[in-house]
Amino acid sequence: MKLSEILQQLDAAVCTHPERADTEVTGGYCGDLLSDVIANAQAGQVWVTIQVHSNIVAVAALKDLAAVILANGRKPQEDTLRKAQEQNVTLLTSPMTSFELAGKIYTMIAHLDLGSGCR
Amino acid sequence: MNGGTFRREFEVTGGDFYNAGRVSTEIKEILRQIGIAAPKIRRIAIAAYEAEMNIVMYARSGMVILQVTPEIVRLDVSDVGPGIENIELAMQEGYSTASEEMRALGFGAGMGLPNIKKNADRFEIRSEVGKGTTLEIEVNL
Repeated sequence: MKLSEILQQLDAAVCTHPERADTEVTGGYCGDLLSDVIANAQAGQVWVTIQVHSNIVAVAALKDLAAVILANGRKPQEDTLRKAQEQNVTLLTSPMTSFELAGKIYTMIAHLDLGSGCR
Repeated sequence: MNGGTFRREFEVTGGDFYNAGRVSTEIKEILRQIGIAAPKIRRIAIAAYEAEMNIVMYARSGMVILQVTPEIVRLDVSDVGPGIENIELAMQEGYSTASEEMRALGFGAGMGLPNIKKNADRFEIRSEVGKGTTLEIEVNL
């Protein structure tokens, strides 16, 4: 599923790199502990977090994540935005909670799996 | 390690949270350019990130040396800092000496050293209290 399709269904705003909206999303990961995300998120996933400081950019870049979604309407710090621009990381914000975002994205991707005859 | 070795040194500054992650991102890019397989790069990138963050969070300064041979990728990480009093405890998942401030930023989950060990084929740690810590990390190719 493309990031743009997910965006359409979430109340999300794109902060950096809107041109990367055709990136393929393979799944998602939720977490606010950076070591947990570094250890367990997979390339191509969207990462839902409430952390807004610049170190989230390094984590997203290192793991080749499709995008970072800041939940609860949190806004990225200035240096987070700057780093995300530099390092080609797509940052989104959404007023939804992590739980709501995870539920919505999971449903979209699971629905797609069913539709494509995975069962 | 002998012929055919790629070697590069990186400096890491303690407390420099703005540049934290820069060295591991660079290491990942170098390995990609050398043509190392993606699953190996992922493991090395995790180990490099955790090692780099440990220097940023706890030490005054540090150095990461990347070496690549046809057989292995090796990271030698050394820092000048407080050292680790009880390595056995520090290796336990969930144990952390991070401040409340660092935890609020999502650091100090007590997963750093365990993450490095999990992703390495060989891992050694030595530390001297009041002087610093050295890590040897190897991933077989």
